[in-house]
Amino acid sequence: MADLETFRSETRSWLEANCPAEMREPVRDESDIYWGGRRATFKNDAQKAWLEACVAKGYTVPSWPKAYGGAGLSPAEAKVLREEMGRINARPPLSSFGIWMLGPALLHFGTEGQKQRILNEIARGEIRWCQGYSEPGSGSDLVSLQTFGEDKGDHWIVNGQKVWTSYADQADWIFCLVRTDKTDKYQGITFMLFDMASEGASTKPILLISGSSPFCETFFDNVAVPKSYGDDCPAYVGQINRGWDVAKYLLGHEREMISGADGGDRTAAIGAAMTRHSAKTGDEIDPVLRAELAMFDVDALAYAAMGEKFLDEIKVGKAHPAQPNMMKYAGTELNKRRHELVMAVGGSRSLEWESEATENGKPSKAWLRTKANSIEGGTSEVMLNVIAKRILDLPGA
Amino acid sequence: MPLYHNEDQAMLADTARGFIAEEGNIAKQLRHWRDRDCKDGFGHGLWKQMAEMGFTGMLVEEADGGLGMGHVEAGIVLEEIGRNLTPSPFLTSSVLAATALKHGSDDLKGRYLPGLIAGDSVFAVAIDETAKHRPDRITTRAEKSGNGFRLTGAKSFVIHGSSSDMIVVAARTSGSDEDADGITLFAVPKDASGMSHDAVRLVDSSMATHTKFDGVELDGDAVIGEIDGGRAVLDAMLMAGRVGAAAEGVGVARGAMDLTVDYLKQRKQFGKLIGEFQALQHRASHLYSEVEIARAVTIKAQQLLDGGSAHADLMASVAKAKVAKTARLAVQEGVQMHGGIGMTDEYDIGLYMKRDRALAEFLGDAYFHANRVATLSGY
Repeated sequence: MADLETFRSETRSWLEANCPAEMREPVRDESDIYWGGRRATFKNDAQKAWLEACVAKGYTVPSWPKAYGGAGLSPAEAKVLREEMGRINARPPLSSFGIWMLGPALLHFGTEGQKQRILNEIARGEIRWCQGYSEPGSGSDLVSLQTFGEDKGDHWIVNGQKVWTSYADQADWIFCLVRTDKTDKYQGITFMLFDMASEGASTKPILLISGSSPFCETFFDNVAVPKSYGDDCPAYVGQINRGWDVAKYLLGHEREMISGADGGDRTAAIGAAMTRHSAKTGDEIDPVLRAELAMFDVDALAYAAMGEKFLDEIKVGKAHPAQPNMMKYAGTELNKRRHELVMAVGGSRSLEWESEATENGKPSKAWLRTKANSIEGGTSEVMLNVIAKRILDLPGA
Repeated sequence: MPLYHNEDQAMLADTARGFIAEEGNIAKQLRHWRDRDCKDGFGHGLWKQMAEMGFTGMLVEEADGGLGMGHVEAGIVLEEIGRNLTPSPFLTSSVLAATALKHGSDDLKGRYLPGLIAGDSVFAVAIDETAKHRPDRITTRAEKSGNGFRLTGAKSFVIHGSSSDMIVVAARTSGSDEDADGITLFAVPKDASGMSHDAVRLVDSSMATHTKFDGVELDGDAVIGEIDGGRAVLDAMLMAGRVGAAAEGVGVARGAMDLTVDYLKQRKQFGKLIGEFQALQHRASHLYSEVEIARAVTIKAQQLLDGGSAHADLMASVAKAKVAKTARLAVQEGVQMHGGIGMTDEYDIGLYMKRDRALAEFLGDAYFHANRVATLSGY
């Protein structure tokens, strides 16, 4: 414990010395988030300095081993770092699907060569990755995916289409589920890694109801993917035809992330803030709306306790392995309800799509965004299927 | 403190689960006493056994002969009581009255705690005066009379009222009906002259009384805590009781859910187990999710209360409200998914529905506590 307190005071002074004041301001828009990659530009010097300081210290991926660009922090130390960064409102120095998704997959399934090369690139923010999972005909039923890699000896020729590929138009490389055996549904998929600049790969952003385009359609037209990128660095994670194992592992990881089990706004009560907001604008909250806010707060505060319990149990291996599905289901449904209430309290003002008062439709865009919460990363209905099968052990589920 | 049971608590949970499933199950207790039209609504034999297990005095300080345990531990026992629908004076005696007596004089403790610890005494609490829980409004009055007080008024829905050796009564010693101050708590012995009970059986087969105090003369040493300063004791007692009722409600919800999920795996229709139908699977999964959350916030409230946290009061109401909503969902889904036999007396699921109704009302329902969450949050 004494060591942890030493670590805390060291971390505090390091952050004091290295985190620029601008990087302690709340994130206002997309340009405040640094995603890295070959085409990335820094918004300002502070963003650059903060990234470089964190890269040097291993703090873009603090709990990864030092050899792969991390700082090798223990879970307890990583928690202290998060707390200390939270204390000064420090922004994450680097955001990326490499850190959240591919990294954990490689740490679990990757070869030494892959870890040395790819994890270090991710940690330094050099390569921006996107995730190629869903297809037009394969959403909830992901394993039915059709994108096909034809075996040409030392390479594959990949043809097909992905959809809902987050930021594919800005990504450098893709980790992609590709069918390599049409005769075996589950053991016929390979978890491939390839360059989005390859000939035949193209993207088209999808305009959403919120007005933003964070997702793309992604097309592969005779894309040649070599089977190896050199010594001990295969172009796939795990084994050929066993990519579903990797995908399942990552889906569990993703559901944990989306479930909001890491706390944050999703678990907060809103009644008091909403009532203060209305008092300021001179609007009155109907007694029935107040009642709904109160019922929401009961559910939100209870869910916050569940999140705490879930994390505590995960740490000691007590949580049911399918429990992240329950967290994702309950957390995303709660968040949708939250934004319905925020819109109701805001009244007509929250309908403004282009106005200074709403910072160009912030409430309505956030409200619309939440509707994807219970679709992405496995729909609520799929989560309920998984709970029925794996936790309740119901027949035929 | 992590939000799960530590080793000692997990051991206690194992013991309590086995013991209450064996001795406190529905056939042996609830149905047994109900079918014999028992005037107490519970069995004194089981109460004595619970004393031998150390349960009855678990919240009593070690210095006073108890186990000095906390609300996490009491909640473990209560969850099993809830799961088995065990009729028992544990919540009113070992949680509510025991919490009030912590604030009592050594004389009062000496008079009442040994009986509780030995399982020889049963206690009740008389707070409400109307059909809804409104502890802010207390009109029963106690006026100075000689060295003591003279108690006049009426209390309603006193659970175990006519079976109790002592009733903790909240009365007004000064101020007007809605004042926060001016409340005093009294330990009224069962043989107090002028106290009369009108007993009524409730939907869950438990017994309550409408109790009248017609100039009941009490000695000065019947006062629990400070004269006119009883609100603090009342609040502490209510907080403990609400967290305890939440734990029992979690047990009711889990019991009803387990019964229902088992039924989905046995009942066949259209040539299939009904648990194969997705329409029912999704409802069962949603229920599971709610029950997990309700249980988590209940343990959170227990820990905050044991730790003396300032948030305990808010979280007690969050837990009571969340559990009330969740147990209601569990019993309603339970009866519906059982179909016709869910409406029969022979099957237990209907008993869960009845118990939930009574337990949710006790010490404030989901509406009362959601409103309280809003008020405590500042809106």
